Amino acid sequence: MKKVIMGNHAVSWGVQLARAEVIAAYPITPQTQIVEALSEMCASGDLKARFIKVESEHSAMAACIGASATGARAFTATSSQGLALMHELLHWAGGGRLPIVMADVNRAMAPGWTVWTDQNDSLSQRDTGWIQLYCETNQEVLDTTIQSFKLAEAVDLPVMLVLDAFYLSHTSEPVDIPEAAEVDAFLPPRTARYRLDTSDPHAYGALTTPAVYMEMRLRQQEAMERARVVLDEIDAEWGKRFGRRYGAIEAYRMEGAELALVTSGTITSTSRQVVNDLRERGEKVGLVKVRMFRPFPGEALRGALGGVPQVAVLDRNISPGHSGIFAEELRAALYDLPPGRRPAIHGYIVGLGGRDVTPATILDCIARARAAAKPSTAPEPEDIWVGVTP
Amino acid sequence: MTQIPLKELVPQEELMTSGHLACPGCGGSLAMRLVLKTLGPKTIVTLPACCWTIVAGPWPQSSLGVPLFHTAFETAASAASGIRAALDMKGDTETTVVAWAGDGGTFDIGLQALSGAAERNEDILYVCYDNEAYMNTGIQRSSATPWGAWTTTTPLGTPKSHPKKDLLAILAAHGIPYAATASVAYVADLVAKVKKARAIHGTRFLHILAPCPPGWKTSDEETIELARMAVLNRVFPLIEVEDGRRWRFTVEHPGDPVKAYLKRQGRFRHLTEEQILHVQAETDERWARLENRVAHGT
Repeated sequence: MKKVIMGNHAVSWGVQLARAEVIAAYPITPQTQIVEALSEMCASGDLKARFIKVESEHSAMAACIGASATGARAFTATSSQGLALMHELLHWAGGGRLPIVMADVNRAMAPGWTVWTDQNDSLSQRDTGWIQLYCETNQEVLDTTIQSFKLAEAVDLPVMLVLDAFYLSHTSEPVDIPEAAEVDAFLPPRTARYRLDTSDPHAYGALTTPAVYMEMRLRQQEAMERARVVLDEIDAEWGKRFGRRYGAIEAYRMEGAELALVTSGTITSTSRQVVNDLRERGEKVGLVKVRMFRPFPGEALRGALGGVPQVAVLDRNISPGHSGIFAEELRAALYDLPPGRRPAIHGYIVGLGGRDVTPATILDCIARARAAAKPSTAPEPEDIWVGVTP
Repeated sequence: MTQIPLKELVPQEELMTSGHLACPGCGGSLAMRLVLKTLGPKTIVTLPACCWTIVAGPWPQSSLGVPLFHTAFETAASAASGIRAALDMKGDTETTVVAWAGDGGTFDIGLQALSGAAERNEDILYVCYDNEAYMNTGIQRSSATPWGAWTTTTPLGTPKSHPKKDLLAILAAHGIPYAATASVAYVADLVAKVKKARAIHGTRFLHILAPCPPGWKTSDEETIELARMAVLNRVFPLIEVEDGRRWRFTVEHPGDPVKAYLKRQGRFRHLTEEQILHVQAETDERWARLENRVAHGT
């Protein structure tokens, strides 16, 4: 069934089709429509779930943690300040190996107050033990929501699916909504390996001494590594059933590319257009979209970008005092390539706080990368801020 | 009232094992033992950071015979809400979900989550075992610490200058079906309240005074005696409140002078006669307010 829906409602549809059992959420713009729709789905009986209307995002995640530890399929959604408030409990969900799924609508951090998009909210949660998947279209949002539950439950790790504020959350696009029975075949009810059960009592999360703590973190890391493989399997199965695939990364028109853009989120769609235009003029420019940020798809990126002379990373985020975060991670991942195959990596900070990233912005980045590549020019600083008043 | 032997009153089944890590004379451990005996094995406990985080034992051990979920400091009530929701979805309405927190996790850092759960009337039993300070971190003042008490953050010279927060009234103001105080020295009263709470659906709140020998600077063997004195002298009256309106004393409170109680504890040893009179006056005033609530329901 095709429907024209907003990105936020694509999440809601995905959660309903995934038959989440417990939802706990607190309102925050621009996420609120996700849980408003879920609230209606619960009220109408279209979704048989308990919806806990908590008094904060901190309690939202705590309630999801309690529910997930008791074996239920749990979901929440948030943005920005709400995600930051959850921070402590994101570690609890990750370290507790609880397969909670959360949608984060990327919204820049205050101050000053803002509701518009950038990725600093989700990227600030990089090290909390959550899988992170960044979406480009509303169709991908819906598909990723359902895939996320399967992935989370396969590796016992929480998954954060991420969509841009307004560019996706409030923008309507045609979305193919799969039949419930087909989704049920893809995603059966959760069978928890471990849960709070009075017929088999155990303690979870107890004091761990230095003699055991590291092993627990190692198991978590191994699960993250497994998630790379499992995502591919799940994506392949999804492709077989529904005819759409996304992968951990996507290489777009990379054949013979002399310069590659690296993007995530909706900047990818604009970049595709730029690449198409340049290819028409015979310029060898391609694009690599990063969908999975954690676990980081280093090997896939080495495969896609090894041997490409110039790489321009468009970061809608900034690690103050360092650089754009995708660029930083990519530099580390590609450093081990042999010198002849190691690209020059140019980082561009764009679109913070929802500033438009237009084809002109992207062409500006490409021009700068090409100029920096000329042997006569001085090397660029680590990152260039583009489209900004100096 | 005829005295019923404790053996008959308290279920024989133990759901708390020996080998736990409580200090000798720990009131909080007696409270857990009695509450679990009364609730039985169809119980799930969630614990935020508190003494019980340690008392329960390190991984992979547990001193409880029921499922136990350790959770973050401020989340006892919200984690319990999630556990309850998951059980409801599985059709299990029989299991009692217990949030078991200390005074810091209840009066201070967990109060927002507790208020949220109470307002939603979550079907949970929230038990605060109150040892009147952050004892697990080494005796720092909480908002449950009484006026005048020494702690490491209210040292001699500047003992605590604010009275203990009236938590029962705060919970009662939410209109929850059941809120009560209890004491490890009044086992029959405590067991009766747990039984009553278990039979009710909705948010139930139990506030248990839990003397702490290392924190109160008392001897291990004084726990029960001090807990009893606190009831007899009206410092910690035993009350229950139904639906936030019907207040009732559940035992006799003759109103012994508070002085003997204060003099027995190292944390109050510095109090002058004048300060002791202040505590007495504060206790009398709170008692008068309580009597009014019992009489008029407000």
